[in-house]
Amino acid sequence: MRSRSLVRLVLPPVVFGLAFLVLWEGAVKVFDLKPYFLPPPSSIWTRFRENLGLIWEAASVSGTNALVGLVVGTVIGVALSFVLARFRVVNELVTPLAIALNAVPIFVLVAVLNNMFSITSEVPRRLMVSIVVQFIVLVNVTRGLRDIDQTHLELMRSFAASEVTILRKVRVPNAMPYLFTALRIAAPAAVITAFVSEYFGGSQNGLGSRIVGNIAISANAAAWAYVLAACLLGLSFFLTAVALELVVSPGGVGSPARDGA
Amino acid sequence: MTKAVEIRSVSKVFNLGRPNAVEALVDVDLVIEPGEFVSLIGPSGCGKSTQLRLIANLLEPTTGEVLVNGKPAHRARLDQDYGMAFQQAGLFEWRNVARNIELPLELKGWGKDRRRARALEMLALVKLPEFASHYPWQLSGGMQQRVAIARALAAHPPLLLMDEPFGALDEMTREHMQDELLRICGETSTTVVFVTHSIPEAVYLSTKVVVMSPRPGRIIDVVDVDLGARRGVETREATAFFRKVTEVREALRGIPAAHREPAVEAE
Repeated sequence: MRSRSLVRLVLPPVVFGLAFLVLWEGAVKVFDLKPYFLPPPSSIWTRFRENLGLIWEAASVSGTNALVGLVVGTVIGVALSFVLARFRVVNELVTPLAIALNAVPIFVLVAVLNNMFSITSEVPRRLMVSIVVQFIVLVNVTRGLRDIDQTHLELMRSFAASEVTILRKVRVPNAMPYLFTALRIAAPAAVITAFVSEYFGGSQNGLGSRIVGNIAISANAAAWAYVLAACLLGLSFFLTAVALELVVSPGGVGSPARDGA
Repeated sequence: MTKAVEIRSVSKVFNLGRPNAVEALVDVDLVIEPGEFVSLIGPSGCGKSTQLRLIANLLEPTTGEVLVNGKPAHRARLDQDYGMAFQQAGLFEWRNVARNIELPLELKGWGKDRRRARALEMLALVKLPEFASHYPWQLSGGMQQRVAIARALAAHPPLLLMDEPFGALDEMTREHMQDELLRICGETSTTVVFVTHSIPEAVYLSTKVVVMSPRPGRIIDVVDVDLGARRGVETREATAFFRKVTEVREALRGIPAAHREPAVEAE
């Protein structure tokens, strides 16, 4: 039964995707669209295969930036949310600040960060990713640590549990689904941020820079091949986050414990 | 003999000294002997849940004194002298059934094997032996409530405090759970304080029904229920049962004992 529901889950988007590609290919042929306007999927795929080595290199650069930023941002975000959940005053001080920081247009920050570090450094991009990730993790995990079922709290008090015990046995497990919800959002966001950060100077070695570079020389099909790689990278981050959640969450697939936020 | 619960001239005011102060309980005295099954009944907002939480030391009285097992309620809570069950089963959804039952034992510092052995013993007691590794969301409401009772009794406390534990269950499940509760408390000789707003439920379960007035809550009557220790389907249809139901209902309406209808309620 599970495999059947998996088929029902996967089949429609796959069929839709394939149909879309066929339509795209057909439209390019029928309307005789020029490659500089819109290259057909078949030639994007050819470029993708030809440049696999280069694409892989570029993807590793962007992917590493995204991953480092994701890990650092998650660690800082979780640490901050513990402080926020514990002290209401800190929460009221920091939350507006975090929201304000998140509202700053991303490229402004990258430009500022780029000026702070050497031009070939990957640090500004990683910092940028971690800032974006931090915010997502912070907001969700703080909620998970705070929104405790009243019955659970009374029960723990009836067991004579201390605040530290309540934190360990109730608040932290309660926050886990919130953390995974955050990661599901933050993982692809990390890739997008790493990618967009490359548009604003620095070394020209990542997926974002390669797309800009190829567009500049009108190598549209090659640019699209890098776009495809970026999609795959984002997707793999998202799927890793989902897989991690399935492994960690109690009761596995279908557990309502997963539907935290 | 040490009393299970002693409430001495207890009053409770919420938000004392503020404009939104609420008088929840006024001058309550109540003594519960070990082995008794005492129901607290009254209209919504009569302070019956407050009274239960004062016994549990989840709330402090504004005036007066609460003793549990002969100790101040605070001490009794720290010693885990009671178990508690609520209207919501309140199981932890990230723990399986056995580990939910083990939680109070874990907090007492019991070793893993001893904990597991007791959890399985409790599951047998509530007749869910094959559900140890299930997760709460895989159980029906009634089954969840059984697990909650197993958890409340896991450390073998002498006292069980219950706040409308069957309030969210359908009538059939509810009656079944009432029988199960009587059996379990009989087998474990646990004293029970039970909050409900169902008159038949209170009468069926209790040796003593404490009838409370609307806010501010006072005890207006204590009705002894002498339907015997063994109760079952016959009890629910017995004349004596209906007579007690009538008595509690009239007490709730504020009719003094001397003026109450002695007649049997029509069936």
